[in-house]
Amino acid sequence: MDLLNFLLEDFFVTGQPLIYGAMVSIVLVSFAIVFVLTYFKKWGWLWREWLTTVDHKKIGIMYIIAALAMLFRGGVDALMMRVQLTLPGMEFLDSQHYNEIFTTHGTIMIIFMAMPFLIGLMNYIVPLQIGARDVAFPFLNALSFWSFAFGALLFNISFVIGGSPDAGWTSYTPMAGANLNPGPAQNYYLMGLQVSGIGTLATGINFIVTILKMRAPGMHMMRMPIFTWSTLITSIIIVFAFPILTVALALMTIDRIFGSHFFTLTGEGMPMMWANLFWLWGHPEVYIVILPAFGIFSEIISTFARKQLFGYKAMVYSMVVIAALSFVVWVHHFFTMGAGGAVNSFFSITTMLIAVPTGVKIFNWLGTMYKGRIRFDTPMLWSLAFIPCFVIGGVTGVMLAMAAADYQYHNTYFLVAHFHYVLIAGTVFGCFAGLTYWYPKMFGHKLNEKIGKISFWFFVIGFNICFFPMYFLGLAGMPRRTYTIEPEWMPLNVTASIGAVLMAIGFVIFVYNIYYSFRYSKRETTGDAWDGRALEWATTTPVPFYNFATLPHIDGSEAFWRLKERGGSTYETDKLKPIHMPSDSGVPFIMMALMFVASFALVWEWITLAIVGLIGVIVCMVIRSFDYDDGFYVSVDEIKRTEEKAREGEQ
Amino acid sequence: MKEIYARVKRWAVLPAFALLLLTGGCAELTVLDPKGPVGESQKELIMFSIILMLFIVAVVFVAFTYMIVKYRDRPGRDEKDYDPNHHGNTTLEIVWTVIPLIIVTALSIPTVQTIFELEEAPEASSDKEPLVVYATSADWKWFFSYPEQGIETVNYLHIPTDRAVEFRLSSADSMASLWIPALGGQKYNMAGMENTLYLQADEEGTYQGRNSNYNGSGFAAQTFEVHAEGEEEFRDWVAEVQSEAPELTQETYDELLVPGLLEEMEFSSTHLEYVDHGTNEGRDYLIERHKDAFEEPLHLKGGRGVEDE
Amino acid sequence: MSAHTDTNTGPLEYRSKEGRMNILGFWIFLGAEVVLFSTLFATYAVLFGRTADAPAPSELFEMPMVLIMTFLLLTSSFTCGIAIHHMRRGSLKGLVVWLIVTLALGLGFLGFEIYEFVHYAHEGASLPSSAFWSAFFVLTGTHGLHVLLGISWAVLILIQLRQRGLTPVTSRKVFVVGLYWHFLDVIWIFIFTSVYLIGMVV
Repeated sequence: MDLLNFLLEDFFVTGQPLIYGAMVSIVLVSFAIVFVLTYFKKWGWLWREWLTTVDHKKIGIMYIIAALAMLFRGGVDALMMRVQLTLPGMEFLDSQHYNEIFTTHGTIMIIFMAMPFLIGLMNYIVPLQIGARDVAFPFLNALSFWSFAFGALLFNISFVIGGSPDAGWTSYTPMAGANLNPGPAQNYYLMGLQVSGIGTLATGINFIVTILKMRAPGMHMMRMPIFTWSTLITSIIIVFAFPILTVALALMTIDRIFGSHFFTLTGEGMPMMWANLFWLWGHPEVYIVILPAFGIFSEIISTFARKQLFGYKAMVYSMVVIAALSFVVWVHHFFTMGAGGAVNSFFSITTMLIAVPTGVKIFNWLGTMYKGRIRFDTPMLWSLAFIPCFVIGGVTGVMLAMAAADYQYHNTYFLVAHFHYVLIAGTVFGCFAGLTYWYPKMFGHKLNEKIGKISFWFFVIGFNICFFPMYFLGLAGMPRRTYTIEPEWMPLNVTASIGAVLMAIGFVIFVYNIYYSFRYSKRETTGDAWDGRALEWATTTPVPFYNFATLPHIDGSEAFWRLKERGGSTYETDKLKPIHMPSDSGVPFIMMALMFVASFALVWEWITLAIVGLIGVIVCMVIRSFDYDDGFYVSVDEIKRTEEKAREGEQ
Repeated sequence: MKEIYARVKRWAVLPAFALLLLTGGCAELTVLDPKGPVGESQKELIMFSIILMLFIVAVVFVAFTYMIVKYRDRPGRDEKDYDPNHHGNTTLEIVWTVIPLIIVTALSIPTVQTIFELEEAPEASSDKEPLVVYATSADWKWFFSYPEQGIETVNYLHIPTDRAVEFRLSSADSMASLWIPALGGQKYNMAGMENTLYLQADEEGTYQGRNSNYNGSGFAAQTFEVHAEGEEEFRDWVAEVQSEAPELTQETYDELLVPGLLEEMEFSSTHLEYVDHGTNEGRDYLIERHKDAFEEPLHLKGGRGVEDE
Repeated sequence: MSAHTDTNTGPLEYRSKEGRMNILGFWIFLGAEVVLFSTLFATYAVLFGRTADAPAPSELFEMPMVLIMTFLLLTSSFTCGIAIHHMRRGSLKGLVVWLIVTLALGLGFLGFEIYEFVHYAHEGASLPSSAFWSAFFVLTGTHGLHVLLGISWAVLILIQLRQRGLTPVTSRKVFVVGLYWHFLDVIWIFIFTSVYLIGMVV
């Protein structure tokens, strides 16, 4: 009886019709998946081909699929918020429910959508761009993915089990502390981010080593494709920023579960220290999700303008400068904390300085198009739309950087408009652009151009209609995170909601395009779908699991462009040698599943179960330590067979 | 080609739309229609930055449009116009590094000036001592204590015009941010420390104030009205509260601190006699008393302040 | 990973490309660890003196015990160096013996640390006592946890050395755990100076 009471009162979220609906659909979808897998006898296939894989390409695809699912979830949250804010006095969501939804929207979009989407693209593309057979540590790579996947799962189940966190994605203390915010909800935030954060850190280390150590012969640092450069710089930011988040989350967890006083009002804790630690990680985090997008745009604009990238070196150095500055601007997130004139002046200026390298990049993209021959395929459309939208986001960012003016913008829709302009126009357009661009490499066929363009126009026009009015809402005094609006803010809010609907339609069309193209698109045979320039286009499509049969000697940037000019290939029969490949392993999946159990237990403060789970994780580590499996060799014969079959269509 | 034309048109429409809204809509944009010197100096800074930014936006949009129109792939294009190996121009790159640097400098100077200016009481009323008001936030209401007058109000504020108000900001629990957009920018209220915010009203009227920093389920309802009135009227109001309002006993005050919403109230004494939440001693006053009162969040519905049963 | 990048000269652990990549990866990981500990040190510095009703650190910190702990850990770093030296000379026996000495010293350190924590708790200073003590226990505790992890890890490697002898893989593992051990020593020096010395004086 006690147990039943606990389940109904605390464990399951009750009393919300919307959430009952979600529960039913989760159960139905889960049953459907289990049924399909069983009926078609696909369990073994799922385990062998996906759950145990260490292949960077499959891991990349899994990242992207998960990120699209998260984009859907975050998008539904966004639409619900827009419904509630369309008219004054709406009773669609109550204040508490609204707070939960904007919290999960922000957290999911940043941590479980933007980052994994980009990491997915990096995973698939970077080894191909530098001519590597896999990443430096394939096992660790699988571990990263499963830590993200289980972290995301943990965060996402909160809304049916235990309740969603409601302290905002920034989770400022003392509001997010145990006294003001009791219960498991906030623990989900802490554990979900912690588990996935470990994976992100590992990804950072993995890519730094991959890029520094595994480049094809002759590919100097200054000959690397620009997307690889952006990945390298992003990885360095990850390595220096994520440990700060790890510590901050751990401290808040210890506060909440074990009664310490880091961020509490009692025991002389320092609630404001959370804001500092959070943004010390949080601002670099923003650049973690924007720099790879910059890399993607650079690749695409150069390919479709059919020209070399303008100012390659300046592009690289500007990213380095942005990365360095990203660590010395965090106070601009709370100019209003009253740190004094000198501090605010310093951080105002450092923040505005970021505009300089960013401006250099914008002009270099324009320079790339100068004297080009621009084709307007869908990836290029996304990249072109990025430039004006991002400039609007950028200049309003400079306005926000002016501390004295920020006292008026802070906590308002002006800020909301700004960061959606940079994060959607930058990151989301970048993800869509990158996915469309590399789609033929990943799946062997292009996404349908016509449907792709329709989805593009819906999304981009909707985006501007949705977020441009928000600048004015901010100036009209509308605070962010309010669940209800004043009558005088109605017209612009109605406009914004219409824009949100258009964006949703654009997203649905995008997803439909995946299905449509799977059924009807022409299959790729050449491996070089867009007349590409970097090395990833040199492999056949589909990419063999070992990536490159042989590697050409790289004698400049744009390796594949040069290769095409002199008629080289990545299949030179006289240079063939057996290829060493890593073995698959189920350990990452099992280890992170156990980590999930431990974290879930910690969310509910079931310490014994948490310890049991952690012991399971440690056992997995020990098993791994004693695992001397050295991988296997692909024989020359097998390479020949694979390559010849893949290259049949070429001639 | 129609497509490109549509693009161009759309991007050209955006800044025009912005200008239209800016010029035509100023009256409705509270921040750009300030009623006091603090808001005024912020508005000037904002307008200055908007003009510079519109210039940048215009330059980029024009260059952007030029590139995609002139260098698009079209049949019969002049082949000499296509230079696939063109990959940089040092002079140009220096130019577009230096010009933004100049712009940043141009923005930094007034920014820093205004930042320091706002740390002090406004020049305009330097002949009068500022009126000191302790603004204390508690989930989800405001206490305004006038120590010199010995009165305290809940969720509304009276201030004299043409005289600076020196807000001493603190919080009894979660972090809040006192914001009266018509008068000027905001600053945080935090427990255990005190912030000072200067604001001033030059025009009489009633302005909306609120907590703009999200702090939980009652956040949207944590608003207050500011009545700015002539010195005379203000003194009458003070006298009235002093003589007619009840005293604020510690017991009453403790009850008012329970998380939830409150009506407007007034008292003829202040809570500062019992606790100043802005000091280290006062930081856990509320938690010590109402630790368990945060178990159940509010479920506000519809317009602000209506609680769902 | 391919064969032609392997060499037959230089230290064993650097001979395969995989070995070199692992070591580089571990250096980067140590970089992340530096950030992690820096954050904890910064937290400690911010919360320094915020002892609320709990005793002040100067009332509890005892120089002799901290000196013994420091001596144990510094010596263990030295013996760890000797162990690596034996490995470079190809002496499995020397390596194993000195590694075991290192671990024994590490265990001694941990023993003292646990005793210290229990002692403080008896005197009324534990994790929930105040912000300062939270920061103290989490900073030193994180270091202690790292030492424990290092010891357990090294034990696993000792077993592998017994099973397989000195190979490029086992010697790489020894080298990496050695790096880790020295790193923990460096962190301890910072804890010793900025936590204990300053805590005793102020």
